[in-house]
Amino acid sequence: MPGPPRPSRILSDRTTREKGGKRVGLRSHPLPIDMLLRLEGITKRFGSLVANDHIDLEIEKGEIHALLGENGAGKSTLMNILYGLYTPDEGRIFWKGNEVKIRNPRHAIDLGIGMVHQHFMLVPVFTVAENITLGKEVAKHHILDMQEARRQVRELSNRFGLEVDPDDKIESISVGLQQRVEILKALYRGAELLILDEPTAVLTPQEVEELGKIMKRLVAEGHTIIIITHKLKEVLHLADRVTVIRRGKKITTLPAAGQSEDDLARLMVGREVTLKVDKQPAQPGDVVLEVEHLHAKNDRGVPAVRDVSFKVRAGEIVGIAGVDGNGQSELVGCLTGLRRPTAGRVRVNGQDVTGQSPRRIRDAGVGHIPEDRQRRGLVLNFTVAENAALGNHNAFARWGVLSYQRMVEAAKKIIGEFDVRPPRHDYLARSLSGGNQQKVIVGREILRNPKLMIAVQPTRGLDVGAIEFIHRNLVAERDAGRAVLLVSLELDEIMNLADRILVMYKGQVVAEVAAHEATEENLGLLMMGGGTGA
Amino acid sequence: MEWLRDGVRAVAVPVLATLVGLLVGIVCIVIAGKDPVLAAKAFYRAVAGEPRMFGNVLVSTTPLIFTGLAVAFAYRAGLFNIGVEGQYLMAQIATVVAGVYWTPPAGLAWLHPIVALAAGALAGAIWGGLVGILKAWKGIHEVINSIMLNWIALFTCDWLLKYYLRPDNSRASTYDLQPTAWLKQGLIEGSRLHTGIFVALATVVVVWFILFKTPLGYEIRAVGFSSGAAEYGGISVARALILTMAISGAIAGLAGSVQTMGLNHRFNETSALVGYGFDGIAVALVGRLHPVGVVLAALLFGALDASSGLMQAMAGVPKSVVSIVQAAVIFFVAAEGLWSFLQKRRTKKEVTTA
Repeated sequence: MPGPPRPSRILSDRTTREKGGKRVGLRSHPLPIDMLLRLEGITKRFGSLVANDHIDLEIEKGEIHALLGENGAGKSTLMNILYGLYTPDEGRIFWKGNEVKIRNPRHAIDLGIGMVHQHFMLVPVFTVAENITLGKEVAKHHILDMQEARRQVRELSNRFGLEVDPDDKIESISVGLQQRVEILKALYRGAELLILDEPTAVLTPQEVEELGKIMKRLVAEGHTIIIITHKLKEVLHLADRVTVIRRGKKITTLPAAGQSEDDLARLMVGREVTLKVDKQPAQPGDVVLEVEHLHAKNDRGVPAVRDVSFKVRAGEIVGIAGVDGNGQSELVGCLTGLRRPTAGRVRVNGQDVTGQSPRRIRDAGVGHIPEDRQRRGLVLNFTVAENAALGNHNAFARWGVLSYQRMVEAAKKIIGEFDVRPPRHDYLARSLSGGNQQKVIVGREILRNPKLMIAVQPTRGLDVGAIEFIHRNLVAERDAGRAVLLVSLELDEIMNLADRILVMYKGQVVAEVAAHEATEENLGLLMMGGGTGA
Repeated sequence: MEWLRDGVRAVAVPVLATLVGLLVGIVCIVIAGKDPVLAAKAFYRAVAGEPRMFGNVLVSTTPLIFTGLAVAFAYRAGLFNIGVEGQYLMAQIATVVAGVYWTPPAGLAWLHPIVALAAGALAGAIWGGLVGILKAWKGIHEVINSIMLNWIALFTCDWLLKYYLRPDNSRASTYDLQPTAWLKQGLIEGSRLHTGIFVALATVVVVWFILFKTPLGYEIRAVGFSSGAAEYGGISVARALILTMAISGAIAGLAGSVQTMGLNHRFNETSALVGYGFDGIAVALVGRLHPVGVVLAALLFGALDASSGLMQAMAGVPKSVVSIVQAAVIFFVAAEGLWSFLQKRRTKKEVTTA
């Protein structure tokens, strides 16, 4: 049983706590000292679902340990148990050798376990320093000492090369920096073990690179990191060891070095997975989408799309590559009616749809898999059946009365053909996992038989199995003679699927590359503006 | 069966909240040094002692059904219609105009109540729609502009009454409606219950139908849950907001029309907002924004309202204690909302992380 939670201080007295921990550890357990954490037979059930099934896990001090598994495999549940958000039904947790029952996140933090969630928990209008010290404010005579707080934050930031300015407001800094603030928050509270939940899901490739460096630095300074992920590349790139979890069970723990993506994918999914999509050369037909000299501004009124022109033909996939924030979202907004272009023309099948409403553009035969499935693609508080009608609900009405029966039929079709699990049309969309939410959207848009499919980040945050599935469907769309415009931040995805690749940089299409000529290097260079002079 | 469990909880929670609220009321009565048993007897007599008593409960219930529906309807689109008061007043004036100055052709007297109701609904729709237009067009928050429109309505009505609609300067009310425009009383002997209750129940059905059976209702609910997804789905958010407020205003307007046509038969000078609109917010919340729930909640509030007189006379319970009970019920329902919000967050986390 744990003693009363020790008051956690900032980093300066981390060492004393470590010593205390080791002393107790040595007395009660003959474990090697470098075993920081051990989970034994952790089991957690939610109703009939066994989220964690007797999972054993050992974390060594100073390692980066990847927890790899598909969405819904139970890795987040396991970490939430470790962070005190859930109580396990069975199993034991040993922290530095002595058994602990982690009652709540507060307790976890006091032990030295910090977690950075996928969705950040920051106050947008507060500064970095205010956010970091929130709940553990530095006070002198009951008066906030922000001067001191800023100093501490700056010192911490410098020590780990995080490069955040304590005075910046959260709302004005990038997502990558916000993540660093979350990391700092955990460090500030004395975390020795950092749990990062899908840390790269929201980052650009450059930011991922930066995060990797930060993680190495943290480990070098004596911290230990667990990253929850389903991205194979990251595991190979970042982790020392990897534990694979599948359907609530631990499959294995391996050193990351020497593994291949295919091996890990097989372990994770439990069957052979093809990461490369098999496809025949495209056979482009008539022009379906024609964009001419398009200009648009972003939400802040700054020009974001500048003189963009391109065509997409039936039977081809055109990919738009680029670092996030180079005008892709605004371009898609103009093509789908969610944003008004300031100049230029958009034609679909010869029909001018420039500046038309989303409904008109849909009616012109455009399907849209949106970037943000939770904010755009689905009404989360609608059932799957109701969501099956989104974008086309008037077609489900007869004599002005909505037919739920027909919505249910449409939903069943989507569920059947796109393998939505659980196969329930009466569940709220909210209750589905991200991958299954995406399947509902993809299914809905494909089954509507659009002439042009605009797919934006169609596999963001999805696991390997779902990615493979969606990729195959997009290629099938192409082969069925539809035009596909694919916008993605994942170079792999673009290179895998697209027949032609357009690179966007600072609102312009700076290059067009045929798929067979594209390499990660030349695209990467173009994405950083390296090709503008050419 | 998840839906069954949800259904049971949807009903059980407000019922429990009501019971706890009543308990608080009993405690208050004891603290006030009155006899709670006697008070309960008084309440029972006032509600169900005689048919005419129950009739009076329904008289109090009728406007609350409308105003509760109006608030609940707007809420479905994510709009907080705090302007029911103003819509109610504007509708009363419109109904007075239609009921006093228009005489139906011979043989078509049955048209008169319909026209008077329609006039009220239209006035309410315009007053509510204005709020929607301001919101959709300029993004002005509906709470701000509907509160201001309440006061504009109050003084507009006062001005119209004083300068145009009263027979002479000594009277504090308009001309009476022509009897053809009245909603008949006498459904229950000895009570003022009028046919407005049927208009209210019909409105419940219509609102339910619009919300859950029409494309418009789909759009309204989609906008209420996620305007981003609605926009993506080709739904005009502006149109949905304006229509929602107009319909909500029309429902609120019907409350005013029905009160005028069924009870007063004229518009009386008033220097303050009548309060049905604000009660409507409570009714909508306690009724959990569902048309059927609104009816039940209106009944509860109507009963509390109608019984306060007798409770005071028989058991010496001050009227303010009745208000405390109302407030306690709202409080516990709202607290439950908080509770289920937390519960949902927890289950959501479990589902997404499982």
